[in-house]
Amino acid sequence: MKHFAELFTALDQTTKTNTKVKALASYFGTVDDQDRMWTMALLSHRRPKRTVTTTLLRQWAAEYSQLPQWLFEESYHVVGDLAETIALVLPPPNEESHFSLTYWIDFIKALGPLEETEKRTQVLAAWKQLSSTERFVFNKIITGGMRIGVSQKLMVRALSQYTGQEESSLAHRLMGQWTPDNTSFEALILSENSLDDISKPYPFYLAYQLEGEAEALGTPDEWQAEHKWDGIRGQLIIRKGKLFLWSRGEELVTAQFPEYAPLAQLLPDGTVIDGEILPYKDGHPLSFQLLQTRLGRKNVTKKILQTAPVILMAYDLLEWQGEDIRERSMQVRRTLLEELITQHPTDGLVQLSPIVSYADWETLRQERVIAREKHSEGIMLKRKTSPYLSGRKRGDWWKWKVDPLTIDAVMIYAQRGHGRRANLFTDFTFALWKEEQLVPFTKAYSGLTDKEFGEITAWVRKHTVDKFGPVRSVTPFHVFEIAFEGIQESKRHKSGVALRFPRILRWRKDKGVKEANTMTDLLAILEQYG
Amino acid sequence: MSLLTFTPNGLYCPQADVYIDPWRPVKKALITHGHADHSRWGHQYYLCTESAMPVIKYRLGKINVTTVAFGETRTVNGVTFQFFPAGHILGSAQIRVAYKGEVWVVSGDYKLEDDGLAEAFEPVPCHTFITESTFGLPVYKWESQEKVFESINKWWAANKAAGKYTILTAYALGKAQRILRHLDHSIGPILTHAAVENTNEVIRQQGIDLPATVPVASHFDPKIHQGGIVIAPPSALGSAWIKPFKNASSGVASGWMNLRGARRRRSVDRGFVLSDHADWEGLNQTIKATGAERVFVTHGYTDIFRRWLVDQGLEAHEVKTEYSGELAEMNEEPSTSAADNKDEAL
Ligand SMILES: [Zn+2]
Repeated sequence: MKHFAELFTALDQTTKTNTKVKALASYFGTVDDQDRMWTMALLSHRRPKRTVTTTLLRQWAAEYSQLPQWLFEESYHVVGDLAETIALVLPPPNEESHFSLTYWIDFIKALGPLEETEKRTQVLAAWKQLSSTERFVFNKIITGGMRIGVSQKLMVRALSQYTGQEESSLAHRLMGQWTPDNTSFEALILSENSLDDISKPYPFYLAYQLEGEAEALGTPDEWQAEHKWDGIRGQLIIRKGKLFLWSRGEELVTAQFPEYAPLAQLLPDGTVIDGEILPYKDGHPLSFQLLQTRLGRKNVTKKILQTAPVILMAYDLLEWQGEDIRERSMQVRRTLLEELITQHPTDGLVQLSPIVSYADWETLRQERVIAREKHSEGIMLKRKTSPYLSGRKRGDWWKWKVDPLTIDAVMIYAQRGHGRRANLFTDFTFALWKEEQLVPFTKAYSGLTDKEFGEITAWVRKHTVDKFGPVRSVTPFHVFEIAFEGIQESKRHKSGVALRFPRILRWRKDKGVKEANTMTDLLAILEQYG
Repeated sequence: MSLLTFTPNGLYCPQADVYIDPWRPVKKALITHGHADHSRWGHQYYLCTESAMPVIKYRLGKINVTTVAFGETRTVNGVTFQFFPAGHILGSAQIRVAYKGEVWVVSGDYKLEDDGLAEAFEPVPCHTFITESTFGLPVYKWESQEKVFESINKWWAANKAAGKYTILTAYALGKAQRILRHLDHSIGPILTHAAVENTNEVIRQQGIDLPATVPVASHFDPKIHQGGIVIAPPSALGSAWIKPFKNASSGVASGWMNLRGARRRRSVDRGFVLSDHADWEGLNQTIKATGAERVFVTHGYTDIFRRWLVDQGLEAHEVKTEYSGELAEMNEEPSTSAADNKDEAL
């Protein structure tokens, strides 16, 4: 654990990518296979099963630190991270220990079947012998999250430095459903045929947002344009008569979308399609909201299949006749994809994402303007000669999103931020006019500069009218332009609407409260785009 | 009539007709210390400690100021005022206010650990204690400054060995000098930003010993002092001023650095937990030591800290003031991140 804690500190103490990669590569060279595997697993969000609830951890931490529970909770609210809060409030350790990362992970796994009081004894014993950083890491593992500022991409780079293997091959090996319990470092990384796992997806190629004008990309005929459909990016795999569906978050979601099951027979073996899991009915995409209702559900009921059926809007072909064709050009892959879909009818279950034809950038700009009406988020531009790369790479693929919807609203409540912004007011509630009343309709967090957050924090302190819990109501005075990506009717919200990705676009210091928009204005947007 | 009251101008003693650290211009102001949120411009008459005066005068220019020694008594219309060390920065004081047997203490900002520069803190017994709570949460616990400076010096030496400059930001008044005092001069040259150097000069002229420093002037050639440490105010990070130091490792010294999120927000290489304010233990220990039955909490996590004190059986109140504590150390920087918009990738 000491090595891992040191690694954590080293990674946490730098913002420089190269230093991080170096630290990680040298760590890989220091520890044994098991610790190496667990580190790779934790950094790619594969973690041991939860064996203790966070409620219990909070309770034990407060008791052991002799703090009232409410104060522990307030501290947690400010810190924003449970593992860190616990590590900070606990009294200093009274012993020292030198066990490995794997030892502590086994220790956490072994808590599962224990009675609550035994669990408590064990966890307290761990806290008593771990240093502050080790405690933090231990808490992170036990609470099931280990974000330490190292992306999968960085980890792959470090692993490549350590093993001398190609990054792209390592990225592929690390995909899929492995855990340190079902494979070894040898089998996963070093062996010749680690790619035997038939469910293993390819790393997704992700586009950058196009900033500036499309003209800068060159001539239109170099670029293939499609809509950026508003669903969930997915990868459909048919191998050995079996079907697997992966989401972009590297989650296997096959069971959540049973409608795709017939494709195992309809499509040939050795087929991998990159596409969008899209709610779709009667020839039209449906709102993303409908798809959201399906996520995270255990049972897919008949009703859901009727109200929110999905298709796969196919973008790209990655594997064809069992061959990895990612190196071929976009144009070639597209032709093969078109052939595949025409030769293997799927009754509309798999559809080709239509190519938007355009003679000049201006025509495409017009198409982008009306994208929202088609339930598309904008236009995707892919260089016709580009291979299918892995991860987010600049240059060949661009997303050219529609401008967000906006509305001018009045800030009425403020709340202190978490973690990074614990000492600032950063969470705001905004309202719109309805006759003489201000009706709250959304919260928004991000979008201001640090300087503006500082300024608004000072203002909130002076203009607090009332407090309830962590929330302060303030004098209605400041107007902000709120941007959002979508809007839906919602019974759960007082205003009757829910926004998608609301954020502050700018502080309208030039506007007085009376100049803010009304609920009627918002409902008009709902009418048009909801 | 209460001995001290909280007014829109600031903390007021009606019997003596004086204010303590007022934030609007008044006739008579008693000042705890020289930080901008406690000593403001525009009062007709100032009273502060001898060692706090030079900096206050330097900051505010031509003011009408009188000084007192620590422990010395001043009586105004039957009310006695006495200044005791607050340990926060050089000259910083707690002000004891007594009238007909009733005693209040206004502590301003305070720190328990003796940093060798500020006069060492001592708790002052009272009935009513007015306290800050900048770090009034149990997650704020300070390590000894010995340990902190050990890691700062180690970091500096490692950067020097790697051929890099070291840039450490801290408040220009107070913390910067505290750091100067504890740096290991044998490692390399110490460079200063003008804001820090101006304050250094004022303090040196008071007869206080600070190590030799090299001010970074406009035509500064970074090749000359390779491996040096640069002490600058927080606002210098991310500004054009920092540009000549291309190959450098940057750090922030502040109590806020105790939280990982705050460290990451500043996007510097290192965060050192070093504060001129009391930590959780310090606040609680002090309140206990004063023996006060009643506590007013002026700035920081006021609502939470008040509730905690009530839980401990004290009468505690929260007061709205315009003091900011160490807040400016987090917000002084020019804006860096605009929207951390969680935009989904395609
Ligand atoms: Zn201060």
